[in-house]
Amino acid sequence: MSNVNLDHISASHLLPEVQDAMIEAIKHNYGNPSSQNMAGEEAAEVLDQARESVAGLINAKKTKEIVFTSNGTESVNQAIKGVARANVDKGKHIVTTNIEHSSVNRSIKRLSQMGCTVTSVSVDEKGVVNPDDIAKAITDETILVSVMHSNNEIGTIQPIEEISKITKEKKIILHSDAVDSVGVVPIDVQKLGVDLLSYASNPYYGPTGVGGLYIRLGTSIWPIIDGGIQERNKRAGTENLIGIIGMGVAADLATKHMGERVSHLRGLQDLLIKELPNYIDEYYINGDPDNGLPNLVSVSIKYIEGESIVLMLEDDGYTVSTRSACATGSLRASHVLMSIGLDHADAQGTLVITPGIENTKEDITGFLKSLQGIVKSLRDISPLYNKMKATG
Amino acid sequence: MLYSKTVMEHFKNPRNVGVIDDADGVGEVGNPLCGDMMTIYLKIDNDKIDDIKFQTFGCGSAIAVSSMLTELAMGKNVEEAKKITNKDVAAALEGLPKNKLHCSNLGADALHMAIQDYEDKKAGITRPEPRREEGKHGHSQGEACLCPYCDAKIKEHATFCKACQSELDEEH
Repeated sequence: MSNVNLDHISASHLLPEVQDAMIEAIKHNYGNPSSQNMAGEEAAEVLDQARESVAGLINAKKTKEIVFTSNGTESVNQAIKGVARANVDKGKHIVTTNIEHSSVNRSIKRLSQMGCTVTSVSVDEKGVVNPDDIAKAITDETILVSVMHSNNEIGTIQPIEEISKITKEKKIILHSDAVDSVGVVPIDVQKLGVDLLSYASNPYYGPTGVGGLYIRLGTSIWPIIDGGIQERNKRAGTENLIGIIGMGVAADLATKHMGERVSHLRGLQDLLIKELPNYIDEYYINGDPDNGLPNLVSVSIKYIEGESIVLMLEDDGYTVSTRSACATGSLRASHVLMSIGLDHADAQGTLVITPGIENTKEDITGFLKSLQGIVKSLRDISPLYNKMKATG
Repeated sequence: MLYSKTVMEHFKNPRNVGVIDDADGVGEVGNPLCGDMMTIYLKIDNDKIDDIKFQTFGCGSAIAVSSMLTELAMGKNVEEAKKITNKDVAAALEGLPKNKLHCSNLGADALHMAIQDYEDKKAGITRPEPRREEGKHGHSQGEACLCPYCDAKIKEHATFCKACQSELDEEH
């Protein structure tokens, strides 16, 4: 049976144009972009082309504001730790939210072990942070505000534009982890008003192992990887040229097809949410899909556990993710789902369904049919479900 | 694949699912942190397990453990069934991933509680509910804590795994 990927948040295919460009680049035997020879200069030129493509995707004014990294996590580490190190004389306080990705949480945790203080602002039940709460959390010591653009578990998009008005007024650096937004929804760093923006290539059908950090000119930040003068002294080490070429092509395609992709994905998301009650009952849709990512539906199905659902769906040919504690190495419930007020049992039955541009309406209805049978058979053996039925 | 063929087979086709309305013994075990819950029902005739059924809320391994456990216990007399251990269940399933071993603890614990419930009833002892809540940790008391990254044994509340140099949260 062919597999239908509804788990694009974990992995997406490379678009044919991206594949071709990367294969050509491998065959071409480019030099080192930092070398002063012909092969090196040629490499520097294609690197700059890719930089232009990525700058175009997020509307960066200057290509030198784009720094290539090895993935979104490195970008986030660079942004947070780089700002903390460069601004140690100004203060040691960081403001963030309680639903950030682990790359943000752990970077900040590391800094707090080294003397930084942190205020983690709570989100509401839809997973949205109130900009007023960010404003209240800021102190004279605050050097950085880091708020994700969209959440990778529930798809909520944060009011970054409003938050940037606050940070600009108070002259505090604003970083946004936009890994699941860039290339998926229109992102304009001028409109958002961010100083730093982290992104990666794989969410928009580029290769894994390539990411980037937008650094607005004038932002006070130190590198965290020291060495040569690559990436304008912001990130030492020879660039992953083949990957970056793929990222550039994927960025061009994302810019070109953004409108049609968003409306296609929004259509699949709407269909899934609209049809779901015809197939299963007793579930929650998490987040705020109408105002969130167009390619993500988070659904908590009551009385059953996510890993079981995922295994059975896989058997039927559908790949999705779960936020169940049992499916994670740490056996811990998702901090995002806890933060929006789910109880442990409901968090256990949470699926994250992320269609991609190649998915069709038939994929969604096929998935729903499969899910219907699975929910029924797992509920039949669930003591929670049978208890609920017995007590009404 | 994370699970053995036997685990997958029992997960997909679980044996002895259901409720015994006039059960002679019931055992219910829950783990609020990991979220697994298991109920075992026993019908006992002449100290022999005549029928056993289960209901489970949990992951693939929790369901497979329940199913295998019922197969191991079916037809055994009570004293034999008491001797079924977590390790027996895991071995019959051709092994479980280390961080899922607590699921097999859940299974044997539920069976032993159901037997206890039967023996209590026989002896005229009444308990409020045949149920036990597990502690916060994902394993039974006395069993080792395992590093979630490399499965090495670690001390309770350790914040660093010496085997793989990973930092750990305090609860693991």
